[in-house]
Amino acid sequence: MMLNEGSPHAMPLTLLKYGLKRDYVPHREIPATPDLRRRYDVVIIGGGGHGLAAAHYLSKYHGIRNVAVLEKGYLAGGNTARNTTTIRSNYITNQSIRFYKEAVSLYEDMSHELNFNVMFSQRGQLTLAHSEATLRSFHLRAEMGKHHGTRISVVDPRQVKEICPHLNMDEGGQHEILGGLWHEDGGTARHDAVAWGYAAQAARRGVEIHQRTEVLGFDISGDKVSAIRTSRGTVSVGHVIQAAGGANQHVAKLAGIDMPIRCFPLQAMVTQPLKPFLHTLVSSANLHTYLMQSSRGEIVIGGGSDPYQLISTRSTLDIKEQLAHGAVQLFPFLHNVKLLRQWAGITDMTPDYTPIMGASPLRNYWLDCGWGTWGFKATPVAGKYLADTVANERVADILLPFSLGRFETMALINEMGATAASH
Amino acid sequence: MKIMNCPLNGPRNISEFTCFGPVHDAVDAQSASDAAWCHYLFYQENKAGIIREWWRHTPSNYYFIAERHTVTDEIIATYSASELSRIENKS
Ligand SMILES: Cc1cc2nc3c(=O)[nH]c(=O)nc-3n(C[C@H](O)[C@H](O)[C@H](O)COP(=O)(O)OP(=O)(O)OC[C@H]3O[C@@H](n4cnc5c(N)ncnc54)[C@H](O)[C@@H]3O)c2cc1C
Repeated sequence: MMLNEGSPHAMPLTLLKYGLKRDYVPHREIPATPDLRRRYDVVIIGGGGHGLAAAHYLSKYHGIRNVAVLEKGYLAGGNTARNTTTIRSNYITNQSIRFYKEAVSLYEDMSHELNFNVMFSQRGQLTLAHSEATLRSFHLRAEMGKHHGTRISVVDPRQVKEICPHLNMDEGGQHEILGGLWHEDGGTARHDAVAWGYAAQAARRGVEIHQRTEVLGFDISGDKVSAIRTSRGTVSVGHVIQAAGGANQHVAKLAGIDMPIRCFPLQAMVTQPLKPFLHTLVSSANLHTYLMQSSRGEIVIGGGSDPYQLISTRSTLDIKEQLAHGAVQLFPFLHNVKLLRQWAGITDMTPDYTPIMGASPLRNYWLDCGWGTWGFKATPVAGKYLADTVANERVADILLPFSLGRFETMALINEMGATAASH
Repeated sequence: MKIMNCPLNGPRNISEFTCFGPVHDAVDAQSASDAAWCHYLFYQENKAGIIREWWRHTPSNYYFIAERHTVTDEIIATYSASELSRIENKS
């Protein structure tokens, strides 16, 4: 094809000239990694969504800008870039619902807040019951959710069919759908955009983002961290926020802090793109499978964690078979569809499926850990209140129930039933 | 398919087994402090390396010990639980 000035495909010559000009500086949303300074007011360990959100809130709302985010790999290359982006607040306990409800409302406004399109799509989440016991737990979750003002209700099979017409109801079969938990507030957002948006905002306000900078150890004097040793040198520090994803238990140990965390892989996969047919998030605890259709048309399929602990991102055929089985049970016409990609992340699992946030045994070391398989939705709300906590040197009220100390007082926040299969 | 060698039933598909987590010392139920209980219940081995775990061959309900590498996903050894006390007495 001939390219000429009139063709929409032609790069206008003036644009080419502009790009080649000597004084043309390309616009970078996130600056190249600078040299480390000798001291920062706040160092954030982990450049995933959580660490970057904390950096945004510190720099925008608390005027704290002498901040470094240290990331051992590349930006958001941990679980943030591996997650299946379910955002929801249909938990069981008061403490969790209150917290995740604010998470969802922060997502509603996030594209504005960041001036960056995070593609938040509040399409609702439908969780399926194949047994009476599951239905009973749905009633509990629905009543708890309504009490807190979230949009949630138990729906019967006819309504399930209306919400998601392509579902195999399996009447009389082993996995008959007896009802559902319909959570209209549920949705998804683009994970890379969330991380990138926070990073760009934080960088604009002077936060330094250091990629390929691994935290290797700490200098501790008394009950405080005085300096952090990294693969690129040592920096002294006012406060530390630890948001190291799958490495949380190991990083805390470097600071002498024991965490009740074990690592389990969580796997997921996507199919080739299909015409849009799935307009909600669908999940089944009994089948350990959940599905959604991405804006590219791919079906994203995830499920439960691996059956034994591992510090590796290898994938297995066993889990792929299990996910495929669940997907084909719910949508039999998917049986011929090809898988495009599969992957895993290392998740930092707590005994009660609830995060550990707030104070640590060290006075200037703050935790944003134990996000396991469910932390993407909490990215904005955790960042907001961790920043608040550091700025005031006092744990924000909403975070208090999530303390590391809850294990010693047996004040666990058990969310296994509302988390294990849906994240 | 991943194969695990059951001390009772020989090599079997790993889908026949259930993992029950790292072996750890029991507490004395009469005298343990709150902190000791907390540690016993919630703080488990999470080492990057070889760990010792309880496993069960589910169809035969046989419990045994496996040593597994948590980074390479290799099963190093499996043996009956009675050998555990022998190993622990030695060390
Ligand atoms: C397959 C899968 C599906 C998931 N699905 C969902 C979902 O649908 N909904 C949901 O809410 N959650 C989901 N999650 C969980 C979610 O991904 C995480 O909880 C969340 O992304 C945690 O964000 P983070 O910023 O705390 O951690 P990460 O994004 O993991 O970031 C931590 C960063 O710390 C860095 N780091 C580690 N050690 C060091 C060190 N020593 N020095 C410097 N940097 C270090 C890592 O490189 C990493 O980039 C899923 C997870 C997986 C794996």
